Amino acid sequence: MTAKISYADVEVGTELPAQTFPVTRATLVQYAGASGDFNPIHWNEKFAKEVGLPDVIAHGMFTMAEAIRVVTDWVGDPGAVVEYGVRFTRPVVVPNDDRGATVEVSGTVAAKLDDNTVRVDLTATHAGQKVLGMSRAVVRLG
Amino acid sequence: MALDQSFVGRSYPPTEPYEVGREKIREFAEAVGDANPAYTDTEAAKALGHPEVIAPPTFVFSITFKAAGQVVADPQLGLDYSRVVHGDQKFAYSRPVRAGDRLTVTSTIEKIRSMAGNEVLDIRGEVHDQAGEHVVTAWTKLVARPAEEA
Repeated sequence: MTAKISYADVEVGTELPAQTFPVTRATLVQYAGASGDFNPIHWNEKFAKEVGLPDVIAHGMFTMAEAIRVVTDWVGDPGAVVEYGVRFTRPVVVPNDDRGATVEVSGTVAAKLDDNTVRVDLTATHAGQKVLGMSRAVVRLG
Repeated sequence: MALDQSFVGRSYPPTEPYEVGREKIREFAEAVGDANPAYTDTEAAKALGHPEVIAPPTFVFSITFKAAGQVVADPQLGLDYSRVVHGDQKFAYSRPVRAGDRLTVTSTIEKIRSMAGNEVLDIRGEVHDQAGEHVVTAWTKLVARPAEEA
């Protein structure tokens, strides 16, 4: 594992570069194919509404995959991630237009742990509201 | 109907090996728009100390969730999957998943409880490679909403 960020160079409160991730209906179809999750709430508007959703929603695991990129892009080596967990608190509704939705993700070093690892707390929002809770990663630094 | 507490601690037989393909990793990385070369370029992965291209951190969910299907579909447990949503997800890695891995998953029911009318089921999936070495543990919390009143 070769993280490009040094443990000595970070402090509690160090902010990771924030990122914005777009998600359209096409993104969801592509993710469904790649992940094997073909639940129709992620591509069929009629079905989504029948089960009480406002519209098609993004896969929670898609949002989870995007959020960790703030960490993996920061450290360079995705293999440096030791732990990663989230709670799915609110769906990302994806309208059927060219713009879709966006998920904004920021991260802050919340604790310096043993063995050159740090805990990063992530915040993921869509339309100003948090979509993930308890979103935390432990990552090994250089 | 409340889920049977006696299922807590129950483990299901290990799955047949899933062989991780480099093109499947590429397909997943492209689907999440992640251009990190460690996912697609063997030399870039080696430069980071990995013997092969590695998979993005959440890639393994497709494998562990399929394995959790044994639990979800267990007729004795009686979970109504049409009412289930994904509550929490967590992974703890011994090493990243990489191309060429032949992964088996052993699923265990960790917890069952009722909360505000919901049935909450925690499933742990232990993922091992062909050498029997631990790769990653995945914890999946499923929440089943109560059946609608007739």
